[in-house]
Amino acid sequence: MLENIRLAFQGIWTHKMRSFLTMLGIIIGIASIISIVSTIKGTSEQIKEQLIGAGNNAVKVLLYDGSSEYDASWGMGSNATLPQITEEQKEEIRKLENVENATFFYSRGYSDGVYYMERSMQGGKVYGIDENYLDTCGYVIEAGRGFVERDYQDYRKVVLLDEEAASSLFQDEIPLGKTIEIKGEPFMVVGIFTQAETFQPIINNYMDYYSYYGDVGTGTLLVPNVDWPIIYKYDESENAVVRAATTEAMTTVGDKAAKILNKALADENGQIKYKSNDNLETAKQQQKLSESTNGQLLWIASISLLVGGIGVMNIMLVSVTERTSEIGLKKAIGARKNRILFQFLTEAAVLTSLGGLVGVVSGIVLANVISRMAGIPIAISVPAILGSVGFSMIIGIVFGLLPSFKAANLNPIEALRRD
Amino acid sequence: MILELKDIYKEYQQGKLVVPVLKCVNFSMKEGEYVAIMGPSGSGKTTLMNIIGCLDKATSGEFYMDGQDVNKCSENEMSDLRLHKLGFVFQSFHLLPKQTALENVEMPLNYAGVPKKARKERAFRALERVGLAERVNFRPNQLSGGQMQRVAIARAMVNDPKILLADEPTGALDSKSSSQVMDLFQSLNDDGVTILMITHDAEIAEYAGRTVLIRDGELMEKGGDSHGQGA
Repeated sequence: MLENIRLAFQGIWTHKMRSFLTMLGIIIGIASIISIVSTIKGTSEQIKEQLIGAGNNAVKVLLYDGSSEYDASWGMGSNATLPQITEEQKEEIRKLENVENATFFYSRGYSDGVYYMERSMQGGKVYGIDENYLDTCGYVIEAGRGFVERDYQDYRKVVLLDEEAASSLFQDEIPLGKTIEIKGEPFMVVGIFTQAETFQPIINNYMDYYSYYGDVGTGTLLVPNVDWPIIYKYDESENAVVRAATTEAMTTVGDKAAKILNKALADENGQIKYKSNDNLETAKQQQKLSESTNGQLLWIASISLLVGGIGVMNIMLVSVTERTSEIGLKKAIGARKNRILFQFLTEAAVLTSLGGLVGVVSGIVLANVISRMAGIPIAISVPAILGSVGFSMIIGIVFGLLPSFKAANLNPIEALRRD
Repeated sequence: MILELKDIYKEYQQGKLVVPVLKCVNFSMKEGEYVAIMGPSGSGKTTLMNIIGCLDKATSGEFYMDGQDVNKCSENEMSDLRLHKLGFVFQSFHLLPKQTALENVEMPLNYAGVPKKARKERAFRALERVGLAERVNFRPNQLSGGQMQRVAIARAMVNDPKILLADEPTGALDSKSSSQVMDLFQSLNDDGVTILMITHDAEIAEYAGRTVLIRDGELMEKGGDSHGQGA
């Protein structure tokens, strides 16, 4: 075997130009496959990161009415039929496997009645939050302070603003220490919060995606949950955000949390129930879409491999004819048929594997060039590299079969006569 | 008997015509004999050589080599006979041009599965035996015709065959190289190697202990008109 490989390299080296041209088909095929696969992988990892929020792993478990988020401001249903999250449920969720943290909050998606002096903020979001909210969702205090225990104990009317809310209400003024009005109640601004830098934005769906990246700035206000009944109603339903320990655990953790919350539902088959926003699933669907598009490209690249394989077969047939006398001699001095067969199969396999290797290297270079020029992220896939080299070896063996059998079946008498 | 051919008949199909090439050949050789087969071209001597060399099978008749019935051998068994019992020397040497003398001589040992180190050693000794110890790393195009033929002889002998088959071994050589090759054959024969040589050169045939003539597919011992019965 080693001897055959040595012979194969010797043969390839003697016909450098011819070997290279023969390998070219394989090289091009493998290079395209490697660069396509790298692009697919890169794109799908980008989608995953964007949709899930790398490093955060927060899953929102929200109350839905049918297919849209339930919003208490429209007063659908009476509060009696809506689920209340109990302390026991909260504790149960916090103790779930793979749950790092959980927070529960009241919310208004479109809130009017927020004023500072003469200025109002239209359509902003207001959340009534517990102590875990900022940490679980990946926010940090940029200026001022966050909520402290006394805020909750004393039902203090304090509020945190994000930068958008701060700029729309205060413009150039410093908001800290100022008092704003929410639904006629005075609240003192104690802090400005923002995304923790290491976290990607939490993106639950495309609406979030566009609202974050688009220019539709609305602003968000956070108040202690104990103050909620003062500005809105008693006994409103809370939503939850659960942070999973790993990205992979997000789906399971979200589903389990939703299940626990739904236990409190009056009607389990009703319109209104908790659903976890399954980012991982959305990401997977996005990835599938991009993969299937690129999968078609892969087919086209495979055709070039097929053409390359036929080229190898062609050259091997020429090589067998050229080496008739060598084959005849080897058979005459006692080489068995299989020996000759394997010698030529090895040669074809070595030739195409070498082509595969060169193809892998050029593919990686090509992928990097594409990435630079088109701004598409790439990720080099080790299984794809190993697979490509293996596959090109198989091409050599498959397309080397016909020439090798031709060589092995040469009649040594005929072969030796040719001089 | 190391070789025994009984009533060997061989025909070839040429279009619709069936051409008999060997007609009832009877021939045998003892171990250690040195025989020359002479005949004009078209007499069937190459066909006979191919049959004895286990490259071809007779249409009918019996052929035993070292007691083994060659007609009953499979293709692989014929390969093994060529590998272990026969050594070939051709008119045009048939050395592989890309390989050194040593590598050329090593080739049969490779097929016989001899380990690398032993292979090198035995190939070197075989080249030494034919007087080319200083030329082991030369390629065929760096050697003279006589040297190439001696490399071919070393290759034929390296696996210690029973019989050395030589097809016009001096056909492509000048007279000086020819006599060197013939001296080598003589010394191999003195060491007990059985040699069967085809030639059309009467002078070369003189070296052999016994000469057999072949004409129109029939064998005759030289000097007699009877079918060759062997010695």
